[in-house]
Amino acid sequence: MSAPSDNMPIPAPAIHSKPLLVRHLPYFIGAAIIVALAATMRFDGYVHNILLQATTFSIAVFGLSVVLGLCGQINLAQAAFFGLGAYAVGIGTTDLHVSFWVCLVGGCLISLLAGAFLGMSTLRLGGHYLAMVTISFQQIVTLVMINAIWLTRGPDGVPNIKRPELFQSSQSYLAFCVAMLAIVGYLVWHLADTKLGRAMRAVRDNELAAGVNGIDVFRTKIYAFALCALLGGLAGGLFAGGFAYVSPDQFSFAESIVFLTMSLLGGVASPIGSTIGTGLLILIPEWLRFLKSVPGLYLAIYGLFVILIIRFMPDGIWGFVADAFTRWRAKTKAPPAAAALQLRPATVGGDTVLEVTGLSKHFGGLKAVDGVDIAVKRGGVHALIGPNGSGKTTTLNVLSGLYEATAGRIVLDGTDITHMPPHQRTAAGLGRTFQNIRLFRSMTALENVEIGAERPGNTMVGKGDDALTERAMEALTFVGLGNRANELISSFSYGHQRLIEIARALASNPTLLLLDEPAAGLNSTEKLELHELLKRIAAQGLTILIIDHDMTLVSEAAQHITVLNFGRRIADGESLAVLRHPDVVSAYLGSE
Amino acid sequence: MDLALQLLFTGIGIGAVYALVALGFVLIFRATNVVNFAQGEFSMVAAYLMVVAIEAGLPYWAAFIVALLGMALLGVIFNLGVYYPLRHRTYLPVIIATIGASILLANSVLAIYGPQPQVLEGWFETPGIQVGPVYLDSQYLLIIGVTICLVIFNFWFFEKTLLGKKLQATSQDKEMASLLGISVSTMIMITFIYSAVLGGLAGILVAPVLFVSIQMGSTIALKAFAATIIGGFGDVAGAIIGGLALGVIETFGAAYVSVPYKDGFAFLVLIAFLIFRPQGIFGERVAEKA
Repeated sequence: MSAPSDNMPIPAPAIHSKPLLVRHLPYFIGAAIIVALAATMRFDGYVHNILLQATTFSIAVFGLSVVLGLCGQINLAQAAFFGLGAYAVGIGTTDLHVSFWVCLVGGCLISLLAGAFLGMSTLRLGGHYLAMVTISFQQIVTLVMINAIWLTRGPDGVPNIKRPELFQSSQSYLAFCVAMLAIVGYLVWHLADTKLGRAMRAVRDNELAAGVNGIDVFRTKIYAFALCALLGGLAGGLFAGGFAYVSPDQFSFAESIVFLTMSLLGGVASPIGSTIGTGLLILIPEWLRFLKSVPGLYLAIYGLFVILIIRFMPDGIWGFVADAFTRWRAKTKAPPAAAALQLRPATVGGDTVLEVTGLSKHFGGLKAVDGVDIAVKRGGVHALIGPNGSGKTTTLNVLSGLYEATAGRIVLDGTDITHMPPHQRTAAGLGRTFQNIRLFRSMTALENVEIGAERPGNTMVGKGDDALTERAMEALTFVGLGNRANELISSFSYGHQRLIEIARALASNPTLLLLDEPAAGLNSTEKLELHELLKRIAAQGLTILIIDHDMTLVSEAAQHITVLNFGRRIADGESLAVLRHPDVVSAYLGSE
Repeated sequence: MDLALQLLFTGIGIGAVYALVALGFVLIFRATNVVNFAQGEFSMVAAYLMVVAIEAGLPYWAAFIVALLGMALLGVIFNLGVYYPLRHRTYLPVIIATIGASILLANSVLAIYGPQPQVLEGWFETPGIQVGPVYLDSQYLLIIGVTICLVIFNFWFFEKTLLGKKLQATSQDKEMASLLGISVSTMIMITFIYSAVLGGLAGILVAPVLFVSIQMGSTIALKAFAATIIGGFGDVAGAIIGGLALGVIETFGAAYVSVPYKDGFAFLVLIAFLIFRPQGIFGERVAEKA
């Protein structure tokens, strides 16, 4: 843990990086060269078709890298969204005589709306439902494509699809598609480092922790899903223009599986991986054309591939490469120095930060918490203690919104938060840690803390990514881990992971910090250091509500103690008086 | 009215098949917390095994036993090859692996056997009997009868036998079960075998009514899954009621609304349920606990 000197203000300014577009200039130069090549090099028809297919498919697979890679949600209907975009361009430019551009945008919108609707209906539930509903949606879309002959011309498909005037020649159209690929690829790549992208990764790694760190989990998932659908629609529209013909079998469930395999093979989390996977899975079957002579064999091998990749290479080809690079970079790139952490808890309400009245939580007939009152005074440390099964953790879960209260009222700093979902409570100023540590395991320590700092309503962080990183570095330095900011969570010891969780909560500048058994699993040295840390936090005026079993820690750190037993409050008051209270003694030691 | 009764009978018959496959889903889900997306392929593979065994000259009952033994073996292979290596990972990789397995199974059969649908004779010589206005097809009667027996067996097995209790204990708390000396991996293996046999049985029963085709697996599986959600996810009674309800809805929908969109009704009902009553008829918990 930190020596005090770690927290001395360090005058050196933190990070002032060059503007984003300048830093990413090499990417744009590279992309421009590739587009120029696509526009000028002469290909024969066969190579041209393969390139066009790879380009459009890659865009659809980018969608999966958002929803599956970043956000951890499954989509088994990407071919359906692809098909919606393709049919919009197909039907629009032929039967309806509408301009290609209007059709392309229309197709994207239709896909987006369909994706958003599907997402809203299922994303509150677990991933199994989403898998199922996307398959169902895929089947319905296929049924409509085949049977709604008046609209889609049925199994015969739509021929003679138009291209835009500007890109009539195959060559120029390919260059246009490659340019789109480069732009979309850039956006998807950059998305991971935006606020929304970080929220998606947090949701993927740990939904509960994401919620209590101020992220609207449901909305984040819908954004990811709708974005994926949108990219599917865009890719489909480009595909239809390129090949001038669409039919239902091009957008079947099997194609959705092909997209999924492409995404998994290349590496689900990155656009580069998506492109690699797509390219390989378009080229390999071309090389192994003889496989297509036996119906089914080709898809059977795809199925086998899926199982093998999941088992032996879960991050795909690119994930494998990128992981090695990240580890190398974490070792070589020293994190920037940081200033001392400032905590300025909001003080809107009066002397009482948290006012809990008549709080109850019943599970069926079990009254886990039964009419509990707690008043936490501003400043200092308030402890909530009680024997096992007394309702402490349930109380904490009701306070942070993971459980809905059966009855009672919770007021945080003058705001009634009783009926708010977790992320809104966090926005209102609640920060918490978990007894069983819930960090975002695929991210670095710094990224974890950045998500905390991004709490809506955090007044202690300025505009822009640099300010965010600065704030997160301050918080990490405060708990003594500033020099290891760029390491992945898995390389930290248990005790240090606990500190990162505390840093994540501190970075958000909460009004009240809830600590759920922070001393659990720590050795005696670490406990002493934790005690020191609590003192330093309290010294900045942040109020702490702590649950713990460790009586030494509680009696030394807390000025005020509330004791629960069997879901009811049995004592409340100044620490030493409470610990000597006969009811408390008998609750812990048993009575005569 | 006569037509409605006839449709009701057919709907319950086809619904019983969905119920059997749904039961297999639920058992695996309860034991492993994973939805097995290859459950429908179990039905398809069993039907093909049956066709192959009969073509090889076996009598119907022997072919039946061979097919079910084959399914037990497939259950073992599936567990060892698909589920077991991934058992410590989150649900997402496991789902994806079962989807991969489903594609692998369906297309391997296609590669070996070709796309032509096969015909499997029914168990009985007599096609059916007329009771009042309703014609009772003998195969549908068999399906309904077997389903009733299996539901009773299932209840007896899980509630009254020690093995059933051990399986339940495993599905509820793996760590505790293993501390009590129950071999969790054996229990999961038994669950996969039992589910594969159940799915296979459903496939063999329904094959004479439908054609034996590559697609039959995914069609049945999707509906069975829809049935489990409608009934209440993870609930045995819910799976059965949901399956029957879906069979009836679908049959009536095909008769009165549209035949080409017959397969779409199940999904519309499913999506409606997910929006308005995601916990299903029997109200199973769906949210993750803190």
